[in-house]
Amino acid sequence: MAITYAVLLFLIFYSFQPTLSLYEDQVGLTDWHQQYIGKVKQAVFHTHKTGRKRVVVSTEDNVIATLDLRHGEIFWRHVLGHNDVVDGIDIALGKYVITLSSEGRILRAWNLPDGQMVWESSLHGPKHSKSLLLMTNVIIEKDNVVVIFSNGRLHAVSCIDGEVLWNKDFEAESLEVQKVIQPPGSNFVYVVGFAASSQFEMYQINATNGELLKHESEAFSGRFSGEVSLVSSETLVALDSTGLILLRISFHEGKISIQQTPISDLVEDSPGPAVIIPSSIMGLFTIKINAVTIFIRVIGKGKLEVVEKANHETAVGDALSLSEGQQAFALVQHAGRDIHLTVKLAHDWGGDLLKESIKMDQQRGLVHKVFINNYVRTDGSYGFRALIVMEDHSLLLLQQGTIVWSREDGLASIIDVTTSELPVERAGVSVAKVELNLFEWLKGHMLKLKGTLMLATPEDIAAIQYMRLKSSEKSKMTRDHNGFRKLLIALTRAGKLFALHTGDGRIVWSRLLQSLHKSEACQHPIGLNLSPWQVPHHHALDENPSVLVVGRCGPSSDALGILSFIDSYTGKELSSSRLVHSVAQVIPLPYTDSTEQRLHLLIDADKHAHLYPETPEAISIFRREFSNIYWYSVEDENGIIKGYALKSKCNGNVDDKFCFDARELWSIVLPSESEKIIATVTRKMNEAVHTQAKLIAADQDVMYKYVSRNLLFVATVAPKASGEIGSVTPEESWLVVYLIDTVTGCVLHRMTHHGSQGPVEAVFSENWVVYHYFNLRAHRYEMSVIEIYDQSRADNKDVWKLVVGKHNLTSPISSYSRSEVVTKSQSYFFTHSLKAIAVTSTAKGITSKQLLMGTIGDQVLALDKRFLDPRRSVNPTQAEREEGIIPLTDSLPIIPQSYITHNIRVEGLRGIITVAAKLESTTLVFAHGLDLFFTHFAPSRTYDSLTEDFSCALLLITIVALVAAIFVTWLLSQRKELQDKWR
Amino acid sequence: MAPIARLLLLVLLSTALTISSGSGDGYTINGRVKIPQGLGTKGFALPGKMSNIKVILNGGQIVTYLRPDGYFSFQNIPAGTHLVEVAAIGYFFSPVRVDVSARNPGKVQAALTENRKGLSELVLEPLRDEQYYEIREPFSIMNVVKSPMGLMMGFMLLVVFIMPKLVENMDPEEMKRAQEEMRNQGVPSLASLLPGGGRN
Repeated sequence: MAITYAVLLFLIFYSFQPTLSLYEDQVGLTDWHQQYIGKVKQAVFHTHKTGRKRVVVSTEDNVIATLDLRHGEIFWRHVLGHNDVVDGIDIALGKYVITLSSEGRILRAWNLPDGQMVWESSLHGPKHSKSLLLMTNVIIEKDNVVVIFSNGRLHAVSCIDGEVLWNKDFEAESLEVQKVIQPPGSNFVYVVGFAASSQFEMYQINATNGELLKHESEAFSGRFSGEVSLVSSETLVALDSTGLILLRISFHEGKISIQQTPISDLVEDSPGPAVIIPSSIMGLFTIKINAVTIFIRVIGKGKLEVVEKANHETAVGDALSLSEGQQAFALVQHAGRDIHLTVKLAHDWGGDLLKESIKMDQQRGLVHKVFINNYVRTDGSYGFRALIVMEDHSLLLLQQGTIVWSREDGLASIIDVTTSELPVERAGVSVAKVELNLFEWLKGHMLKLKGTLMLATPEDIAAIQYMRLKSSEKSKMTRDHNGFRKLLIALTRAGKLFALHTGDGRIVWSRLLQSLHKSEACQHPIGLNLSPWQVPHHHALDENPSVLVVGRCGPSSDALGILSFIDSYTGKELSSSRLVHSVAQVIPLPYTDSTEQRLHLLIDADKHAHLYPETPEAISIFRREFSNIYWYSVEDENGIIKGYALKSKCNGNVDDKFCFDARELWSIVLPSESEKIIATVTRKMNEAVHTQAKLIAADQDVMYKYVSRNLLFVATVAPKASGEIGSVTPEESWLVVYLIDTVTGCVLHRMTHHGSQGPVEAVFSENWVVYHYFNLRAHRYEMSVIEIYDQSRADNKDVWKLVVGKHNLTSPISSYSRSEVVTKSQSYFFTHSLKAIAVTSTAKGITSKQLLMGTIGDQVLALDKRFLDPRRSVNPTQAEREEGIIPLTDSLPIIPQSYITHNIRVEGLRGIITVAAKLESTTLVFAHGLDLFFTHFAPSRTYDSLTEDFSCALLLITIVALVAAIFVTWLLSQRKELQDKWR
Repeated sequence: MAPIARLLLLVLLSTALTISSGSGDGYTINGRVKIPQGLGTKGFALPGKMSNIKVILNGGQIVTYLRPDGYFSFQNIPAGTHLVEVAAIGYFFSPVRVDVSARNPGKVQAALTENRKGLSELVLEPLRDEQYYEIREPFSIMNVVKSPMGLMMGFMLLVVFIMPKLVENMDPEEMKRAQEEMRNQGVPSLASLLPGGGRN
């Protein structure tokens, strides 16, 4: 029997497959990846040719992409550098996408079908200016020409190879070029602009050789304001600087005439100045006075006529040329829950080509942009499709009165992420779509078994893969035992909250926060921070959890704050408030009230602390902990770090009992001529540390980790070296790192890396900090580790002291006790630049840790913390080897199998978030940038659960077969015995 | 016509893999990424498309893409020591240090930072290809034998064929005693098969 036992045991152990790395067919089991492009700012349709219809877009996140017009999928996508902002895009020769970027300095052509870059040209000019891209139909030596105005110079570039054919400087000091226009059918271009804001300048230039044909200018008594609208190829409409007078500027045949029309003549009760909405629609332009959009028509010789005043929110698209020289343009207006899409002819306001009403999700907000494209229907009439960009950055295609597809591109700009548990599964509430019965279950396992024995047919394999990927288990809307199913709640730049299911990444709910909506009182609301507000446990389990969104009314830190409370399960905005103070810092306190609402302290710009929730109970809890609350602030521009504690109630307003004054406890002033703060990192608030003691096996010794929540890691560099790599020599750059106790302001450790510079990416966990920086001498990236140990507890290792009770292990850890710490440090080379760094976190902190590094190639690499152990030496002793010390190497290894993103790029990676699952071995990893990526990660393999590969059916069948065999052999032996007896 | 001539010169130079002085405010780094044929085509890892290869200067200061022939260039680079990285799925590229000298423009000073190998011209090749997945062992009879099921079967076969042989060689008296014992015990129950039952 012992053998059977051993075999069973062996069987169970054998089935622990290494899961650190992935087999290719396991992709998609626990991970998901979503691709986004960001808020679209320009779109060009490509639908002329037969074949796949597509739209080329450029976005505010410097992305150029082509999307499938049928489904909205990405054909190809390129993410340009963070300062390579796209100025304009167009399609040339029907096969190239031309992009102008970097303030008009870089012109690139991409192959339309596959996104391969064809050529790249660098354009230079004498001065900074507006960048304009104009696709001409001029042909020089069988070569189409694109005309670019940038940096005060007009360039003509060949579409085929990007060669600059000619260029012309516009040297005049104050000239601000507004438009480059090519009248249809001509081979010259007009370059028009304002000089010194009060003179209109017109240059007529031969597009084939850059020769100046004509130059005219006309002075204007007032001043011009920025934008212009083109109403014909030789007429512009502008506003004067007061915004009260419309200027119609005509430069027909080189003769400039400026005609002034006060807006009050056109619109009777015009309150306040107008702004022009730049467009180029023949004979029509749009102005906006406050919230009212006014369409004005230009008739014949300088007569202006108001055709419509729209009080609703309106978006106007650019003109689209129809075949007969007619122009159409689109108009989107909001009316309650619906939007009205109208396509009108430019010369005929009354005749609508298209009028559709579409029901729109209220959570998408207003329409910001509209782009239209036409197609010819079977009956010869025009059909239109419209691409609209919404307030929440989503992109929708409308055709024939319905939404054909939509993309949630708001998710490309996540500001902050938190997680929430799902509801507990209760009796009577079946959430899973299909509960599997036993037969189905067994059938599934049989299929799997076939798969493992390599007997499966291709159809079977497909069925297995489908079954694994579409497991209803992982996308249920209830909590699971392992804690894998959670809601990821993400706040985006557009002020929208999304809840994503960790199982399959689908959007459970989304909500455009009304409190972060632009309004009179709050012009530029931005979201700052997202934190769990109420996490119900035992007695409050009936209540839904909620999250707190903190925002403010503008980019500066003294703008007034906004609070909003959102139900995590439904996305309903429970309440919101506009604060009377600013928000500089949000500090979640480790205390909750009786309804399990977490106490939060909001620090304003004047260093007052405001307590939330504003309840008497919160105050009473707060009073008990009054002397235990400390915080710090980092002023990186002045190089000052300050520590604060609470003093008393606010002096100024007597009635506000939730406001407290702060007293400054300490401050560290760094010398501004030699040090500039570039990075600060603290430990995660909710990190679990399993043990404080670390056993050093080599000399049978115990070291005590200095585990303190109040440690701050600060990295500073020489001010000269704060720029890019290559701007300084090693001699004039240094990197200084500090470990500071934020309660006392005591510097526990300081270290200088000479000849090094930033950027610094750092992560703090338990008693160690790992940071990444650039070593200029070796010209390689380096990673260093600092581990900090508590020496004051070092004499506790005597067993007798423990027995007798003469130890100080139970004495509370206080920042004010004399700190005797020792630090150990070591540095290693690392190959790649990093964009982000994080560390795995598990439920109890028992599992060993791995570092997760977002590399410059937008991949996430896992690296065992043991590689960053300061005790690594060239020749570790036998005891050290047994303990798991790796022999010292000068650089950290990059093992391709430990890329947790395998062959996926998380484009534009900005942050990596780790959340502990209930299963101790597993961490949930969420990486976000333009793309989103989520996976389960087991730093020391899944030692506490059977792997997905484990075949229960095989085990069961084996057991059944064994039992059957035993029974059969027993029967046989019985019979044989009987026969023996008869004999 | 002077600027045109200069630009033409620039176009010519860009094919010659050099660092050339651009139009006044900086230098140009030209180079080429070359992926040897045959690398990355084996195994499961799909080689990244050429069009998705990014070339990154100084950890993200400038990002550029490759032309169809693998050439790339960075314009307007100040003199100094720079770092060029290549991000390509499926390949491991070493970062390259590139020295742009103000004194003698046109001179290439490039070295791989991983192995400090100097480059006479800026042609970047992957050091190795990257396999992101574990490779499943193909089906083999040894694997089946070595698997727990195989071992179990082996053990059972052992019992079936070797045990009778052992029994044959047994002392007849001892055999009798064993049979006696067996009769007393009766049918082996399932409980006695299980580990818990096996112990008592």
